[in-house]
Amino acid sequence: MLERPEIFHEVSTARLDVVEKPLSAWEKLYDNGAFRKSALLVILAAVWELYARWLGNPLLVPTFSATVGALFASIASGALPQAAVYTISMLLKGYIAGLVIAALLTAFATGTRIGADLLETLTAMFNPLPSIALLPLALVWFGLGAGSVIFVLIHAVLWAVALNTFAGFRSVSPTWKMVGQNYGLSRTGYIARILIPGAFPSILTGLKVGWAFAWRTLIAAELVFGVSSGSGGLGWFIFERKNQLLIADVFAGLLTVVLFGLLVENLIFKTIENRTVRRWGMQV
Amino acid sequence: METAPLLSVEGVTLRYRTKDYLVTATYRVSFQLYRSDRFVVLGPSGCGKSTLLKAVGGYIQPTEGRIRLNSAEVMGPGPDRVFVFQEFDQLLPWKTVKENIVFALTASGKLPRPQAEERATHYIAKVNLTEFALSYPHTLSGGMKQRVAIARAMAMEPQILLMDEPFAALDALTRTKMQEELLQLWDETKFTVLFVTHSIPEAIRVGNRILLMSSHPGQVRAELNSSSADAARIHEILFSEEGTRNR
Repeated sequence: MLERPEIFHEVSTARLDVVEKPLSAWEKLYDNGAFRKSALLVILAAVWELYARWLGNPLLVPTFSATVGALFASIASGALPQAAVYTISMLLKGYIAGLVIAALLTAFATGTRIGADLLETLTAMFNPLPSIALLPLALVWFGLGAGSVIFVLIHAVLWAVALNTFAGFRSVSPTWKMVGQNYGLSRTGYIARILIPGAFPSILTGLKVGWAFAWRTLIAAELVFGVSSGSGGLGWFIFERKNQLLIADVFAGLLTVVLFGLLVENLIFKTIENRTVRRWGMQV
Repeated sequence: METAPLLSVEGVTLRYRTKDYLVTATYRVSFQLYRSDRFVVLGPSGCGKSTLLKAVGGYIQPTEGRIRLNSAEVMGPGPDRVFVFQEFDQLLPWKTVKENIVFALTASGKLPRPQAEERATHYIAKVNLTEFALSYPHTLSGGMKQRVAIARAMAMEPQILLMDEPFAALDALTRTKMQEELLQLWDETKFTVLFVTHSIPEAIRVGNRILLMSSHPGQVRAELNSSSADAARIHEILFSEEGTRNR
């Protein structure tokens, strides 16, 4: 075999120009997700404004500036805030009621095999059924009012949340389960301290999907039967303004719906996500 | 050494059911563990050694025979026998290093929170992770995660530590280092450990007594002192039929 010498090198970074170099202000800015998204929003608004001006028919598409004007006018007159508050209070009632029922159903499903079968069967049956399709029936059962709306909201929230939570529970790592047993956790302690945090990514997805379903369902329900006991929500606001041909106001109402959606997604759910699943490295 | 064994496994047969078969994992396995033993169960894959450890942990009930800890029969999982698993995900990702240990101590009702935190800090220092006490597990390397798991198990100060190939998923260099650290910790606290592995060198390094098991189903081939054991002899006993007859 060939006789070869052993080779040693001095390790040195003397001639290396970059070991650590701060990024430029633009690179940092572009890395910021909020900045990129805001920039996109500005561009979309500009496109809207230009198209509406080119079209020149405010009865079909009012300009962005006219919509914003109508938005502020409706806020100033108090009609829009009132409608928004009504809608959101309704939404929260339905959402929370849906979550409570979903929690009970999932607990039953986690505890017993027949409960799991029940949950699977029910979700398979009702998840594909649009909540709004139940509204006529709800009106017959609960009359024209909050009861009917809350009923369809519960239907909108329940299945998405229960399905995701249960799927999350099932995918919790068996090692964590054994760790929980090893340290002698009780049944409830096990659910609260292992299952729920372990399934949190799925639970969060369920909460988000449930929220979106509830929001859509509510606006649609309000469009259908609007006024109940003297006050209407955002859906009714939109419907009423359309009847009066105040199209800029209709757009302002729609914009409010969109803004709330963005707000909840980007502030509330994003914050929860950053403080939990992202910090824990369970989701990137 | 005391005369009464800490753990005695008496003629234990373990069976589990798969979709199509009833599998016998171990057949009439017996051995005894004394306090401060570093008892290694060594065997090829499929010899039922992990299943055996789970039975000692109380996760599986034997179909035949008994497992007794301090002469009381093992009925289920409990904090007197703490597991260190092979998997890195045995740490709860939603808790920091320290919280993982505090969780173990408080969930088991072993200590109230203030004392639990004190003890957690102590054991984190023991495994040299003080500066990572407030880190979340996903930011640690595999070796560090296993050190946290060991710290958590030791903080419980259990009767027995049950280690299920805790270093198997580590790279070779880290693995050797971890073995040394484990022995150092043992020198300091003289804990009792039941250690399962399929690596002969690891068994010789870590253990003071080695149980050799054959596979399908797992049966005891031999029980050796690691001082008198060498790799070639163990290999012969494990893998040659003659080994059993001539030993």
